[in-house]
Formats: sequence, structure tokens, C-alpha cells
Amino acid sequence: MKKISNGLPFMLEALGIDPVTGTKFDPFTHVRNNGRDSRTVILNLSRRSFLKTSALAGGSVFVLGLGTGFRAQDSPDVMETGTREEAVSDSEFRPNVFVALHENGDVFIVNSRSEMGQGVRSSIPPLIADEMEADLERVHVLQADGDAMYGDQNTDGSTSIRNFFDDWRKAGATARVMLVSAAAADWGVPAEECEAENHVVYHRASGREAAYGDLARMAAEQPVPEDPAFKPREKWRYIGKEIRGTDNRDIATGKAVYGLDVKVPGMLYASVEHCPTIGGTLISYDAAETLKVPGVREVVSLPLASASPGFGSLGGLAVVAENTWAAFQGREKLIAEWDLGDNASYESAAYRETLEASVKAPGKVIRKTGDEAAAFDSAATTIEASYYVPMLAHTPMEVPNATAWFKDDGSCECWAPTQDAQGARATVAQTLEIEESKVTIHITLLGGGFGRKSKPDFICEAALISRAVGAPVKVTWKREDCIQFDYFHSPSAQYLKAGFDEDGKAVSWLHRTAFPSISSTFAPGVKYASEGELNLGFTTVPYDIPNMSCENGEAIAHVRIGWLRSVCNIHHSFAINAFAGEMAHSVGRDQVEYLLELLGPSRSLNDMFPEKGPYGENLEEAPYHTGRLRAVLERAARESGWGSQALGPGEGMGAAVHYSFGSYVAWVMRVKVENNTVRVVRADGVIDCGTYVNADRVRAQMEGNLVFGLTLAFNGRITATNGSINQSNFHNYRLLRMEQTPETHIYLTESEMIPGGVGEPGLPPVSPALTNAILAATGSPVRELPVRLA
Amino acid sequence: MATYVLTVNGVEHSVEAEPKMPLLWVLRDVIGLTGTKYGCGIGQCGSCTVLLNGSPGRSCQRSISSIGDERITTIEGLSESGDHPLQVMWDELNVSQCGFCQPGQILTAFAMLRSRPNPTDADIDREMSRNLCRCGTYIRIKEAIKQAAGLVED
Ligand code: FES
Ligand code: FES
Repeated sequence: MKKISNGLPFMLEALGIDPVTGTKFDPFTHVRNNGRDSRTVILNLSRRSFLKTSALAGGSVFVLGLGTGFRAQDSPDVMETGTREEAVSDSEFRPNVFVALHENGDVFIVNSRSEMGQGVRSSIPPLIADEMEADLERVHVLQADGDAMYGDQNTDGSTSIRNFFDDWRKAGATARVMLVSAAAADWGVPAEECEAENHVVYHRASGREAAYGDLARMAAEQPVPEDPAFKPREKWRYIGKEIRGTDNRDIATGKAVYGLDVKVPGMLYASVEHCPTIGGTLISYDAAETLKVPGVREVVSLPLASASPGFGSLGGLAVVAENTWAAFQGREKLIAEWDLGDNASYESAAYRETLEASVKAPGKVIRKTGDEAAAFDSAATTIEASYYVPMLAHTPMEVPNATAWFKDDGSCECWAPTQDAQGARATVAQTLEIEESKVTIHITLLGGGFGRKSKPDFICEAALISRAVGAPVKVTWKREDCIQFDYFHSPSAQYLKAGFDEDGKAVSWLHRTAFPSISSTFAPGVKYASEGELNLGFTTVPYDIPNMSCENGEAIAHVRIGWLRSVCNIHHSFAINAFAGEMAHSVGRDQVEYLLELLGPSRSLNDMFPEKGPYGENLEEAPYHTGRLRAVLERAARESGWGSQALGPGEGMGAAVHYSFGSYVAWVMRVKVENNTVRVVRADGVIDCGTYVNADRVRAQMEGNLVFGLTLAFNGRITATNGSINQSNFHNYRLLRMEQTPETHIYLTESEMIPGGVGEPGLPPVSPALTNAILAATGSPVRELPVRLA
Repeated sequence: MATYVLTVNGVEHSVEAEPKMPLLWVLRDVIGLTGTKYGCGIGQCGSCTVLLNGSPGRSCQRSISSIGDERITTIEGLSESGDHPLQVMWDELNVSQCGFCQPGQILTAFAMLRSRPNPTDADIDREMSRNLCRCGTYIRIKEAIKQAAGLVED
């Protein structure tokens, strides 16, 4: 398995996943015509029924079988070339597992990654179509199941485009080159004289042309090119444009199928009462009243997880019923006595104090330049500040849920809104102690993911219950479960100190961070953050300061810790940018000008990384560079009218800039503070993500990250008492609303650099741009989230 | 268990259910119309919004026994072929991210436009702030409503 994000190797190591040869292919959970006559099919389709369904859809009769020829260039360890199946008919052209062309001209593109709102189904298919010179209007987007033959499907780390851009292009280019060679062979002319353009191959010299569909049969007989040439950039048809969303119409008409919408004949509905703490045990229970609830069928006791439960089922008491409501009602009547175990001691207020104590003392030195202690001694002035960010929950709008069907033959078929179908497949197999080849994972649409749905605990739950009751089962988590049994974003304390010379230039920097590590979810006794987590915005601080020390303090977890959109960048970017704002303030300088001084001259920071970049980036082609940080910051300042705006009473502007996942983002916020409340008046965001595919989805992710960032900055707080989470639903874990959303301006940097990430990088600088604006407006720094005015 | 006759999107359904069962789960699990979404179950998010005699209601908060002869419209029944101006603008402006909240957003917007065909920004903010979107599509929802309002007028 390729480590898609070197910063987070624990995800995969913890899973113990090995590459598996893909020998099974159950076609498509979704069929979507990109035109207007779309329909969505969610079925477990045997090959024959797929043919029938497709014919009904008026589309092609293609079966995307096991392809041959496509190997991802950069990841030979991931891509298992499938065994070539007997051709279904002479008419088909299936150069690889991602592309098929029917002789009627219909093109099928398999999207192998998970769609959770980031727009991957509206980005990868157009990208492949572009290189194929296929007409997007004739492209049907199909959704792959979880299968190693597609290569990496783990949809997190903002990787879908940045790690596989060339792989998707190759899938399309292979098809185009074979179509061109087919036409050339047919016409008896050199392939170099032919050109593919929008579903047609031309030989301009002789005026001949052939439609793609007419070439399908012959193209299938052409040799698969090892290294098909990519189109020159100026010929890109879809890449870099605004592309309409593949699922827009299905969503707006209620036809889109999320995990929660799956229905399998004979299916029962379940919901699980979990132990309030992680690592507790069940002493006894009484289900008598539950079983009296109309519609409840049975109660199944699932084995409880350990205190380091990893990705597995949490266990608990599953109420199985004839509908979701009855299952929920049944849970209310359960009488259960739990031994809460060691984590019952977890009090988030006291825990905060231990984190703060941890960063008051010297920690494990992670990065050191010069002698920061001596520099503090000789500095003209120093300032220091402590920052705190509480636990956060993901709360995707669609709660965790999954449908599983453990069958008589010992196989298990699952439908789930999962970000990581292959990981889910492996974990379900481990849970059931069956072979992975017996597990099928159909990827539905995800009603939001944000990292929560990377973890297949809820899918394992469904599988266990289905096996216990001998019927297909859909498990639905209540919103309360979703919040209280999350894999939380770590609570964190940070301490920063800076020393200045007489001119106010920073000469010394000390930063300590302490937060429970994600690794603790998988192994007991973890005390320090992993290198990967610290590389998320902490060790990688880009400032040009001669004396620096970055230290990590101890922290022990008491709940499941997991990755939330941009992960540790959330708290590190907040503290670093907020402290930079305080530094500027303390020496009486303009924030943007001071941030630029801290960033220093335009230069590569690659020497910060002995081996590879923290996000698995290709640093040779796209170095970690202060020039790009400076550029996005300068542009955000310019577009926002920084320095030239007349600000009213109580108004202030703040800026922040951050690098993550291969991309550079700056935000400028303008706030108005009145009667002790903060209103964000306007936000200007700039993203430099190198080359991008769907400009519209890049903008949408910036907009979404703004709202996500303001949500956590204004409202995000999860607390615990006696080891149990105090928040339960959207009334006490509140999301930003429309009326709180500012006027928003997004700018995309035009760049020919290799693609960076898009789903996450917009988030980290949001909260500090906000708090820096509050500092400008009020003169008082904000040192903890959610924002509380002094 | 009791038997209820519900008129959903112009079609009558005879449904056996517990009197307290929320309309949300009747629609989703019994009738099989899954366009109406569960987001919170406590009336906070608006994902479960349906129209009851044309007014927006939270189907997680309405028991089946309270419906009587109120006509129910779900997202599936908003327009014959999915071409209501709101649905068209939702498509053209690429409003949706994950899309999960959007049926509720569209129906809330529909009801608002019925009572306020030319809403101001403040009207939209006020009416639409009852619906949550975790993906943060508010900016586009607002724009799509404004553009659809123009179309509805015609
Ligand atoms: S599910 Fe009804 S308001 Fe949230
Ligand atoms: S679009 Fe995802 S919750 Fe609104």
C-alpha cells in the first residue's frame, strides 16, 4: 500500500493492509449520465443485471471488466494489474480499469475515489476525459467498489488530484493514443499525422475523420502504449475550467443515494448503544422493555473494544428493528450497567491544565536552529503567549451509517459512505475473521466526511450485526452518537515566546506544543506526537528567525483521537499566525508587513526535510517555498484593500498564511466588534494549489473551509466529564449559519506548478486571520478557541 | 400500530405505523422516499424539511398521527422533471458540495419564495439561517435563491 500521506503513516500501518490482487469486480453502484437524462442506480449488480440496467438507461452495454495495461507510474507497489478477462464482445474498448468506450460513442469513466462534497466525481472524470479528448457530454461517471485494482482509493490527505494527476491523465491518454493508432492503421497513414479532438480522430491532410465510437473495436486491438504522450497544456479542454457538478441534478431532486439511503430487500435497521467511555466494559443489561417496543426484533450484545480500538467496532448493545425509529426507541428503553474503566477519570478542564503544564516546561526538541535561550537573554524585548484549542468533532451532515449483508456463503457485502473502501474491506474482514476477497464494499455518496468516514468502525458494526441476525442490516448512528463517539480532533496547548532586537526584528523563537496523538487510538501508552503530526504546521514553521526551538510535550489520550480536515494544522496554524499577529502588535508594526518580514526572502525551505515532504509532496518539482507564501499573502492583502480601507469604530482587519498539503493559502478577514460580539464583515481568500482541475470546486472548497474554520473558531468545543462527552447535538455543538457567513471573495493563483491539495489547505489560516482581525479591532489578543472576548 | 393515509407528492399512501413515529422515518423507511434526510432528529438542522400544505415543516418533529390530511411535498415532488427554477439554479451555480442538506435547503427556499417572491439579502439570511450546512455552501445558496427568484417571477 502506498503511503499517500507520509505525514500520517500510522493510518495504514495500524490497518496492517497489504496490497491485494483484485480479482473480483462487481460493477457500479452509481450510474450517472453527465447529460440531463441522468439516473442513479444503486444495486448489487451481477454482470447480467448490469447489462439490463444499462440498456434500460439507454446507455451502453459495457461491462468494465478487469483491465490490463494500466499501472500507475509512481506507485508500482500499489497498482495490481488485474487478470484480463475474456472480452465480452468484439465491440468494446477497455484500455484500463478506468475507461471504456462503446461503439455507440458512449464513454464510461470509473471514479475510484470517494465523493464527500470535495468534488472528486466532478474532477477526475473530466480530467481523464480531457486527456482522452472525449466529449464530457458523452461521459457516464461510474463509481468503483473498494478494490486494490484501482490503486489507492483512500480519500484523505487532499490527495485525489495531487498524488494521482498523472495517473488519471495516463488513463485517458492511453485511450486516446490507441484510438488514434486505430484510425491511422485503418487509413494507412502514420499516426503522427492524425489528431484526436472531441470524440473524433482526424487526418487533416486527406480530410478523413472517424468518430470515437466507430473506432472502438479497432482501438481495442492496438498495443497498449507504455508511455502515452500527454496533451500540451494549451490544448486542455476541461482542466482548469469551471466544470458542472456530476451529481448536481440528482442532489437537487432527491435522487442522490447516500449511505443512509441504501435499501436492500429484507433489510433490518439497527442502532447501537455504546459504552460511554472508551475501554469500559458491560457489567449487565436488561432488554426486556426494549423488546416490548413495537418494531424491535432483537438486541445483540457486541464485544466491546479496548482502550486503543483502532478502526474496529466499538461494540455495545445493538437494537435491531423494522425501522430506524423503532431501533432508536428501543435504545431508550435499554437498561445497561457499564464499568467505565480508566478513562472515566477524564475531565477535559483538568486535562487542559495538564496540557498547559506540559508546555510550560521544556519538551522533546523537534527542531533547533541557533541558540534560542541565549538569544532571549540578549534580546531587547521578549513576548510570550499560550494558546488552547479544545477537542473538536467532525459532524458530517450525514451521520455514520452502513448497510451490511453477511450471507450464507460466508461472504459479506457492504454499502457505506466510506472515505477508505479498501481499508474498510480489510477491517471488516479482520472483524469477521474472513478473507478479504469475501468482503465487498460499495462506495455510496458521502454526506460529508472530513476524516470521520476514513474510519470504518461503523461498517464493522453493521457487519457484526448482520452476521448475528442472519439478515441484511443497516446501522444508523444518532447525531448524539456521531458527536459523542467521534474520533476527536486533539485538544492542544501551545506556548510561544519571541525575542526582538532594538528594531523589532524577531531574533528568537520558542514554540512548544502538546496534544494527544492519533497514534494513541491504535496503540496504548503513546505519549508524544508522531513526526508526521508535528510536521503538520509545527516543525515546518517557515519563519526566517536565526534562533529557533520547536518542542513537543507529553499528552495521553482518553478518547479516540483521529484526523479532522487538515489535522494538526488547525491548532498549529492558529497559534503560529496568532502569535505572529501579537508580535507585530507588540512592536507596533503592520500585520501583513510583519508577516512578510517573518517569512523572509523568497527561498526554498526544502532543507527542512531530510528525506521527503510532510505530505508526500514532490519537493523537487515543487519546493516548499516562501515565495509562494509571500505571493498569496500579498494578493489577499491587495484584494482586501489592506491598509487602504477606512475602518469604522470597532472594525479591524487580520491576516494569516499557511502551507499544507502542497498548497499555499492566505486569508484576510475584516471584523466588526460591537457589544462584545464579533461579526465577520468580509473574507478574502487566496489559494495557490499549483495546477488545478475544476476551478469551481477549488473555489467551493475555499468557501467551505471558510465556513468550517469560522464554525470551529466561533463554536467548536467538545468537553468531557467522567470520561463522557458533554455535547450531544447541534444545539450545543453549533455550526455557523448563513447569517454569520461574511461576504466572501476567493482568488485562485494561476500556476503551472504540479497540483497541490484542495480539500484541506483552505482551513488552517481561517481562525488566526479572524483572531488577528479581532486583535486589530480591540487591541486584545485571542488565545483560545472558540473565541471569547475578554 | 394504526393505519394512516398520507398524501405525499400527490400520491396517497396507506401506512401502518406507531402513532408517535416521526414523519421523517415514515417517509424514509416505510414509504421509501429517501430524499428527506435525517441530520439531527431534534429540529435543529433542517435536513428533514418537507412542505406541509406548502409550508416548511421539520419532519423529524411531526409525528405521523399529527399529520391528518395535510398534503406533504418532499424534494422528490417539488417538480415533475426536476426543473423547478431553484433546482435549475442549484445546478447552474454548483451549489451543492456533499449535497446532504440540500433537499431541506431547497424546500425551505421554495417556501420562502412563495411568501416573499423578491426576498432581500436580510430576508434570505433570516429564513435560511434555520438550515445548517456543514460543507458551508451558504454563499451559493443565497446567490441561487436570488437568481431563481428572478426566474420564478417570469
Ligand atoms: S433532522 Fe429534523 S431538523 Fe434535523
Ligand atoms: S452540502 Fe454538505 S451539508 Fe450542505
